Amino acid sequence: MENVITTFRQLYYVCKEQKKTIYDAALDYEVSKGEYSEYQIRMQAAKSLNAMKEAIKTGLKSTEPSPSGMSGDDCYKLQKRFKSENSILGKTAQKIMTYALATSEQNLRMGIIAACPTAGSCGIVPSVIIAYAEDNNISENDQINALITAGEVGRIVSVKMALAGAVGGCQAECGVASAMASAALTQMRGGSAKQIINAVALALKNVMGLTCDPVCGLVEIPCVKRNPFLAIHAVTSSELAMAGIISKIPPDEVVDAMEQTGQLMSPLLKESSQGGLAKTKTAIALEKNILK
Amino acid sequence: MRQSSIIDIISPVMAGPSSSHTAGAVRLGLLARNVYNAKPDKVTFKLYNSYALTGKGHGTDKGLLAGLLGFSVDDYRIKNVFDTEQAKQINYEFEYFEDFNRHPNAVDFVFEGGLNMTLSGASVGAGEILLTQINKFSVNLDGKYNTLLLVYEDMPGVISAVTGIIQKDNVNIASLHCDRSGKGKDASMCICVDGELSKHCLDEVSELQHMYIVRYIKKLES
Repeated sequence: MENVITTFRQLYYVCKEQKKTIYDAALDYEVSKGEYSEYQIRMQAAKSLNAMKEAIKTGLKSTEPSPSGMSGDDCYKLQKRFKSENSILGKTAQKIMTYALATSEQNLRMGIIAACPTAGSCGIVPSVIIAYAEDNNISENDQINALITAGEVGRIVSVKMALAGAVGGCQAECGVASAMASAALTQMRGGSAKQIINAVALALKNVMGLTCDPVCGLVEIPCVKRNPFLAIHAVTSSELAMAGIISKIPPDEVVDAMEQTGQLMSPLLKESSQGGLAKTKTAIALEKNILK
Repeated sequence: MRQSSIIDIISPVMAGPSSSHTAGAVRLGLLARNVYNAKPDKVTFKLYNSYALTGKGHGTDKGLLAGLLGFSVDDYRIKNVFDTEQAKQINYEFEYFEDFNRHPNAVDFVFEGGLNMTLSGASVGAGEILLTQINKFSVNLDGKYNTLLLVYEDMPGVISAVTGIIQKDNVNIASLHCDRSGKGKDASMCICVDGELSKHCLDEVSELQHMYIVRYIKKLES
């Protein structure tokens, strides 16, 4: 098979030598594997993007609590504040935080979301793509290209590390989602393949070691609020990369380090709810109330 | 080992909150439905470990039942599945266990009715699932391929006869998994194929001697 792409280095060279965007290189590689056509991938991206928009729309309007009763009204509170007080980060960042919370709360209400890459991290990529697209007149087609760019980033990381909290901690879920979102954003802003790949490396370096210690074993605390945090994190990473700032550690080595960090992370901190936040005094008390 | 595609990363569109505990549960239910392929008198869902402990908060119970009723992972009714007409028409119960010999997200489907069948499986991460046991036979069903499941008397020539019949359909075999309870005793075979097997092919396999169970299990929509 020509041009196998399993690393960011390979992706970069395909883009450079064939003068392709990341999403085109990614689509060509997917098609060469023979399992999906370009049309199928674009259709799935459109379907996911549509579900993302619906989840935001519904989530913005809802204050319904989660089944555990632990959350559900944070997006409402944030919107209320932004009605009277602007964020110091500006309008689009405000939207990103709000959309990330809206999606994430929809998820824990058992609403329909697009896992991207996982359900627990489902607010990060959509909030960044959709908020930026709305404020900058980005076409549907370019949003799909951005989502495919994000998908390619997740795919390459997943070659070395399973995107699951139980395997790599939250760095593998919300962390990777943040890197995917930074790639999508950099793509929409007209960044080069080099800038996009650097945005990924910068984002991943900064989430290294992030644990998965959900209270009561539910995708809720700290997952819901982590979504707006890591969505804004993606913006920072894109800004740095667009300025031409380079990750001194190349992206593939960052992924290697991340995979190793996941291995070294105690199983108590990998989705087992046996340590960290999940074993705090308050969490144990919540557990007694909720898991009857 | 199959590598992920971009599609795996940016999907599924699903009812939240957890790919393993909600979407995975729906997919396990859907696959169990395809395997049992009849209306049972009663289904008992046995949930183990993390599925038992955090299942309620994640809607694992709802997901398993919704899948069994044929709802897809992005069906908005999953959240209220217990109140649907479809759910009221079947007899089901949930049991909860701790057994660390089992996968953290393990489940058994115990079907009673015209045919009694126990299926064991697990949600193995990111919405991916595996059915590992049908009655006493180990199997390897992940719902990604159309699969022919056979239970038959162990004897020479069966694999060759079956694959010969499939060959006539000009369908490629993606993987083949065999097991047996003992030499000359019951044996099982799971054949994952690319594409579709014809009715003619399935009939021909069913007519082979000493076939006890022949099931054509359709792959799950992603």
